[in-house]
Amino acid sequence: MMTFFSGLFRLRRGPWEMLATILIALGVVMLMQPFFLLAYTYSFIVTLVGTVMFIIVSHFPE
Amino acid sequence: MSSSPMECAAKVTPRPLANSIRGLSDRGIAWLFVAPTIFLLLAINIFPLIWTIYLSFTNFRANRIGREVKFIGLRNYERILSDPDIWQTMQATAHFLLWTLFFQVLIGFTLAWLINRKFKGNDMWTTIIVLPMMLSPAVVGNFWKFLYHPQTGLFNYVVQFFTGVDSSSFSMIGDVSLAPWAIVIVDTWMWTPFVMLICLAGLRSIPDYLYEAASVDRASKWRQFWTITIPMVLPFLMLAVLFRGIENFKMFDLVVQLTGGGPGSITELTSINLKREAFEKWRTGYASAYAVILFVTVFGLASIYVKALNKVKER
Repeated sequence: MMTFFSGLFRLRRGPWEMLATILIALGVVMLMQPFFLLAYTYSFIVTLVGTVMFIIVSHFPE
Repeated sequence: MSSSPMECAAKVTPRPLANSIRGLSDRGIAWLFVAPTIFLLLAINIFPLIWTIYLSFTNFRANRIGREVKFIGLRNYERILSDPDIWQTMQATAHFLLWTLFFQVLIGFTLAWLINRKFKGNDMWTTIIVLPMMLSPAVVGNFWKFLYHPQTGLFNYVVQFFTGVDSSSFSMIGDVSLAPWAIVIVDTWMWTPFVMLICLAGLRSIPDYLYEAASVDRASKWRQFWTITIPMVLPFLMLAVLFRGIENFKMFDLVVQLTGGGPGSITELTSINLKREAFEKWRTGYASAYAVILFVTVFGLASIYVKALNKVKER
């Protein structure tokens, strides 16, 4: 866990990609889940932030 | 005396063009060859994408060309993301996507594993299994519509034979609870061979000496399956899941032919709903925002899959 946070602070690719992946997956689940309309409403912004973050952080050093 | 093809080409090249090409560097010539492709890519892919994003912020309607187009900011996105009907289509798509992927991977891998064993008529069975994939989705849709017919369809008679349920007592494409499964069955029938072929490629790429070494070490068949077969086939399997996942997320033709999105809107997947908004209701700006939402979702998922695929390859 400490390695993860240290990687985030030092702008390393691995942890940031992990964070972006979690956001994209969360956004897709929010988009397609049948339980909360509010989660569906905010799904797109979560997916968009995750996708843009993924594109940016894939250029970070390993 | 006959001249070489290069000399012939040099002779027919117009003099000014030949002179100007002669003065270009290797990099310049490379750009000259790549430029038409880049231009086409920009014209066919990038420009429509940017134009769609622009339209998603407007109230443009393609059937009212003369009308003033107003910039309405994020209103289209707000409407889509708070509409319970579109939420319903997202759930229908999720149901279709998850179950088709589950069945296709399960059956596809099992078939590939069986076909990979050497037996008589192996090639003939492979050809027969692959046949559904070669048919047109429109043909498959119509064909299964007949099979699902409550009175005359073969499917209902098969169900009656195995379960004893009266064949005319249920309708696969007319019943709200059965229609989502009807499209899952047809897509699984049609596209399982594709997953099977990819898995088969993976299984055939495993060298025999790995199994021989495992046998020498007295590893059981079960252990060999989990420690050799599955890890070696996994990259191929993930590729198949990626392809089928993206294809099924934008599934249109098969479902339109089979159920037309009905009964009601229970099998109305996102692409069918999007087509209705764009070309039946002519809400082009709204439909553009809808398309952008779907695009970002597919793009995000594809990014995750490509990353996962690279990680598996590194192993």
